[in-house]
Amino acid sequence: MAHAHARPNTPVKPPKIDELRRFTNAERWVHRTTSTLMMSAILTALFLYVPGFAELVGRRRLLVVVHEWSGIMLPLPLVAGLFFRGVRLDMGRLDRFGPQDKGWVWRAMRYGTGQAGPAGKFNAGQKLYSALIAGLVLVMLGTGLMMWFTALSPLNLRTGASYIHDWLALIIGVLVIGHIRMALKDPESRHGMRTGWVTRTWARREHPLWEQEFPKEKRSKES
Amino acid sequence: MDKDGGPAGKPVGRRVVLGVTALGALGVAFGARIESGLNGVLGTISSHDPTGLTGLLPGGGGFQFYNVASSLPYRSDQDYKLTVDGLVDHPVTYSLADLQSLPQTTLVRDVQCVTGWRVPNTEFGGVLLSELLDRAGVKPEGKALRFTCFDGVYSESLTLAEARRSDVMVAHQMDKAPVTRDHGGPVRLYVAPMYFYKSAKWLSGITVTDSVMPGYWEHYGYDVEAWVGRSNGRTDAPIDGE
Repeated sequence: MAHAHARPNTPVKPPKIDELRRFTNAERWVHRTTSTLMMSAILTALFLYVPGFAELVGRRRLLVVVHEWSGIMLPLPLVAGLFFRGVRLDMGRLDRFGPQDKGWVWRAMRYGTGQAGPAGKFNAGQKLYSALIAGLVLVMLGTGLMMWFTALSPLNLRTGASYIHDWLALIIGVLVIGHIRMALKDPESRHGMRTGWVTRTWARREHPLWEQEFPKEKRSKES
Repeated sequence: MDKDGGPAGKPVGRRVVLGVTALGALGVAFGARIESGLNGVLGTISSHDPTGLTGLLPGGGGFQFYNVASSLPYRSDQDYKLTVDGLVDHPVTYSLADLQSLPQTTLVRDVQCVTGWRVPNTEFGGVLLSELLDRAGVKPEGKALRFTCFDGVYSESLTLAEARRSDVMVAHQMDKAPVTRDHGGPVRLYVAPMYFYKSAKWLSGITVTDSVMPGYWEHYGYDVEAWVGRSNGRTDAPIDGE
């Protein structure tokens, strides 16, 4: 069933017990830098927008500058990541929805992620999250630039831009909190993002269709 | 075919990204209209919301807090001083009690910020700026006013004609209570017909000058003449004076 080119990433070093390679170095650096920039943009936004926080720090000009630059640099890690094969392959996996993804998010919301049916390397929730965040960041970047360089756009469009920027910020906040919450519930998935490796048992439980792509149980018997 | 759909799977991710981007573009095109439509509704909801959380929603009708200085400025009611100087016959310094003993006025208007939020029917009480100018006696060469603040950073400006309007005041009361520190207390400027950045908080000095000296935000591209609905590229409903 599996073509040769669709084989999973070959481990660059022998796994410890029976570990599977989940993320390459490039992918983890893309994630790390993107999340740092995202948190910087979110925190400065909080201090710019929520009165209680704004009262604590003042310094509006400085916050604005940090916010603008975190925002404008936000897509750069992923753009740099496009030079790496591992990043490109997983972007393809995030993009494509297979038969198992149909209705997965709905089932996960109703019965929990454990009862939502088998998932590939990424479940449909993760795929949807990445696509939504990517689209939202693009819109935030566009509307942000309109507010930053006021001469660029006709006058009344800027009102629309700042209104959309405010509402989407709220949506991004909810999505990012959800993303962090899911990570907090699963230490091994965090371990996977930190080190690049996950155990086969975890993969079988959380991403069974992906686990099946690796040769069955051989490595554990060999080692 | 791999288990994530492979090349044959549907490119849903790409469609979502494009869809969100397209919706964002539509939002920018019609956002101004949606905003003015929704703000009335949200304002009504948040005025009945005891938690105040809806006030934090975009256009939710709450005040936002802006401070350009590094810390929250503070003057006690006893220490507060307002000087009126420059091209005047009688330079004078007022304490808060002095201001309170002058003829008092109240104004109930919407507060409109240039970033979009609007707080309906906010009451300010204090002394008309024209009253202070009359007492100081503006010299013939005096054409404009420069306002300075005890945060040490902020400044604003008005022409003499604007300053003499009956909806421009030096306020020490807001919604029937002393102006709080967050809102620029003990004394702030209130220029009702203009965007709220003209209404300098923590007001400490009024200087009559021979020409308009642009204030803090005006150095960053904001209009000096900040009439609501007629400046800064915005189309908000004007706030009626007179």
